[in-house]
Amino acid sequence: AGQPHKRRRTSEPSEIEERLESLICRVGEKSNSSLESNLEGLAGVLEADLPNYKSKILRILCTVARLLPEKLTVYTTLVGLLNARNYNFGGEFVEAMIRQLKECLKVNMYNEAVHLVRFLSDLVNCHVIAAPSMVAMFENFVSVTQEEDVPQVRCDWYIFAFLSSLPWVGKELYEKKDAEMDRLLSQTESYLKRRQKIHVPMLQVWTADKPHPQEEYLDCLWSQIQKLKKDRWQERHILRPYLAFDSVLCEALQHNLPPFTPPPHTEDSVYPMPRVIFRMFDYTDDPEGPVMPGSHSVERFVIEENLHCIIKSHWKERKTCAAQLLSYPGNNKIPLNYHIVEVIFAELFQLPSPPHIEVMYTTLLIELCKLQPGSLPQVLAQATEMLYMRLDTMNTTCVDRFINWFSHHLSNFQFRWSWEDWSDCLTQDLEKPKPKFVREVLEKCMRLSYHQRIIDIVPASFSVLSPANPVCIYKYGDESNRSLPGYTVALCLTIAIKNKASNDEIFSILKDVPNPNQDDDDGEGFSFNPLKIEVFVQTLLHLAAKSFSHSFSALAKFHEVFKTLAESDEGKLHVLRVVYEVWKNHPQMIAVLVDKMIRTQIVDCAAVANWIFSSELAHDFTRFYIWEILHSTIRKMNKHVLKIHKELEETKARLARQHKRRDSDDDDDDDDRSTDREDGPLEEQIERLQEKVESAQSEQKNLFLVIFQRFIMLLTEHLVRCETGGIDVFTPWYKSCIERLQQIFLQHHQIIQQYMVTLENLLFTAELDHHILAVFQQFCALQA
Amino acid sequence: CARPGSAAMSSGGTLSILRSDSYAELSQYRDQHFRGTRYDQERLLRKSCTLYVGNLSFYTTEEQIHELFGKSGDIKKVIMGLDKVKKTACGFCFVEYYARGDAENAMRYINGTRLDDRIIRTDWDAGFKEGRQYGRGRSGGQVRDEYRQDYDAGRGGYGKIVQCQ
Repeated sequence: AGQPHKRRRTSEPSEIEERLESLICRVGEKSNSSLESNLEGLAGVLEADLPNYKSKILRILCTVARLLPEKLTVYTTLVGLLNARNYNFGGEFVEAMIRQLKECLKVNMYNEAVHLVRFLSDLVNCHVIAAPSMVAMFENFVSVTQEEDVPQVRCDWYIFAFLSSLPWVGKELYEKKDAEMDRLLSQTESYLKRRQKIHVPMLQVWTADKPHPQEEYLDCLWSQIQKLKKDRWQERHILRPYLAFDSVLCEALQHNLPPFTPPPHTEDSVYPMPRVIFRMFDYTDDPEGPVMPGSHSVERFVIEENLHCIIKSHWKERKTCAAQLLSYPGNNKIPLNYHIVEVIFAELFQLPSPPHIEVMYTTLLIELCKLQPGSLPQVLAQATEMLYMRLDTMNTTCVDRFINWFSHHLSNFQFRWSWEDWSDCLTQDLEKPKPKFVREVLEKCMRLSYHQRIIDIVPASFSVLSPANPVCIYKYGDESNRSLPGYTVALCLTIAIKNKASNDEIFSILKDVPNPNQDDDDGEGFSFNPLKIEVFVQTLLHLAAKSFSHSFSALAKFHEVFKTLAESDEGKLHVLRVVYEVWKNHPQMIAVLVDKMIRTQIVDCAAVANWIFSSELAHDFTRFYIWEILHSTIRKMNKHVLKIHKELEETKARLARQHKRRDSDDDDDDDDRSTDREDGPLEEQIERLQEKVESAQSEQKNLFLVIFQRFIMLLTEHLVRCETGGIDVFTPWYKSCIERLQQIFLQHHQIIQQYMVTLENLLFTAELDHHILAVFQQFCALQA
Repeated sequence: CARPGSAAMSSGGTLSILRSDSYAELSQYRDQHFRGTRYDQERLLRKSCTLYVGNLSFYTTEEQIHELFGKSGDIKKVIMGLDKVKKTACGFCFVEYYARGDAENAMRYINGTRLDDRIIRTDWDAGFKEGRQYGRGRSGGQVRDEYRQDYDAGRGGYGKIVQCQ
């Protein structure tokens, strides 16, 4: 590093900060010397920089502690070395860390707060913090479990922060304060025994306990810590650079942590949701390679934590992410490829949602395959096989993600797969999870290619699972259909549309269509007329069948006709029915048409929800595309509410600025005043937007209520039928349906939280069948 | 997912190594036919929700593009690139999203992966204008298909310059 403090006088402050940040973040990278010697060198450089750049260095080190947890011990060692050279700096760093921790907790950044706690605890190993004061902090953490009337998730976090630091510092704390530690562990144990775990079934990827139990995260961690204690706190996986500096560090003076009072629970506190630990591999899965640490070993915990942290740090940079994962230390002692694949699937299948966008994981796995072409593809194939084998007990939402991942992955590898290995699914009922999975995968593969391709890639025996050829079904197409009511009008319409007829001309042609609901017909002829809708929509969609763009153009051109025909709720429902009839072989087309019709307000979200639960769609009810449509519909509704809300907030802000200007009486702002006048009275705008927000929020609430209501009706019907018929409730349809209900709760939990009172009083009452009520109770337990 | 109040942290935002987002950055390419200054162009590119997609097969359909690019978010529009003379697909398209963040994710995770078994390339586009859906090669297709020497079954075989020999 030379003599940087001499060159510094000619550099910009931001350049120096960048250089310091780079030196610190990249310590040990691309160096021929050992990490230890790099750390020693860096400590020397930073010590020399302290007189001039102390606050910058403090900031960078605090940020690194918070955001690079995968390199925790590298930076605690660095801080240890600095503390040994400069006691005051050590003290200031500890104070800055405590300030940062308090702030994280105040703004609900609990995941980052855990990293800070772990960093502080490892500073005990580096002789920066005195062990007794760390124990005292943990005593305050554990005593949170004694608080009354606080959510369980609050106590959970403090216990998690305590337990998850012990792999790093358990040994040291136990050596110095064994009695206190025993007491803390015993208090922890009794808390863990009495806490409720109603939420667990909702968060498990598999409902079966074999071959690997899907444990609640605190239960798993507790088992790991107990085992660590039994092993006399011997932990051999974590890389501890500070061990090489023991002689230097043990000469250093330690600091005491100031007494830390956990900030009290407030209404604004939002704690992390509980988790279930995803496990799919054990040591038997890689008999040739290094032994995979057991599920209750602390090594497993540390490896998984670090791999998750690496993904969190580099998710935007797929090549860097893959490289960092593969260069995780300990490569030859652990079956790293298996850990990586397990951690990636853990995230992909995480409930309620993956930490990152699903497509990231597909591309990350492809990058990993590129970097390790001789080994990773085999592990991935093995994993795929295992996931397939365990489909029977896999949560429906996770199966969706598995389908999306596998089909997209295959499309990058010429759809090469040993389908015959899965011939067992051919003998099963098509609604069973395995054949269902294969059907949905093939359908998705077709969407990424074309129909004949799929026929070509599977063995002939799989034709029963192959997707339909996505062709349009036009009921007025054949001469043989001429007896159908509306046939002649359809012919007329076809000619008119081909001759570029206007909306008015279409209306006049449709006027002649009789209304099968004679008594509903009013003088204008524009009341709900299912035959008019049928003839018009069938004909138009058939003419525009060539591509999505053609269909979208058709919807746009004849928007007026659509709006008029679909004015009533029945009209909207019937339009959707006809779309389905025409395009039932092409679910992708149905989805994009429904999307367009919502966006152009031909149908509304509630109509789509009612259509999905209608008896006409019962046959397709468990198909993946139906739920894609429903969730897409809910998302559009949610985005709509957010958008208007944002408009309202922005307009309020403009009004506030306008008042401020008026009050300050500043002549220089003439330009702003003129634009204010141009916009019209802002108060009026705000009032209008306020109404719009309320109306949108009401529509949003109504949508969820409709969906929940229909679920309850459907499930109750099934449960009653089974009870009276004496048959087992748990059919494939039932499992799918109840998990789809869970999915609604999980995927939109933040919004649904607002409706808890209504849901409790109106829909999920005590009279409800306990099977259905359980789903609601599990949901309530998530933030309890 | 959004965390309330995570914006202000007195001990400083983030680290530059974590800010790195190379896949979502602007490339070196600038459309020479763009009407306006370089500055205007770059401003539009930086807030664009539209991507140019290249190296498609002539047979790749709008539906396939919609399926793949739909994985990073809701698509507003797909505009297929056409041969100016034949008015048939000539191997590129534009994909417009409603939200820039969705387009960024396409740049991060769909760019450089396969569609119809071809590695496709995405790049920021300043925004579709009528006329830009046509190839700019002399023969009607894309410029790259005028001069290339290799045989590419998905892009009409040999380049035009070879075909005319």
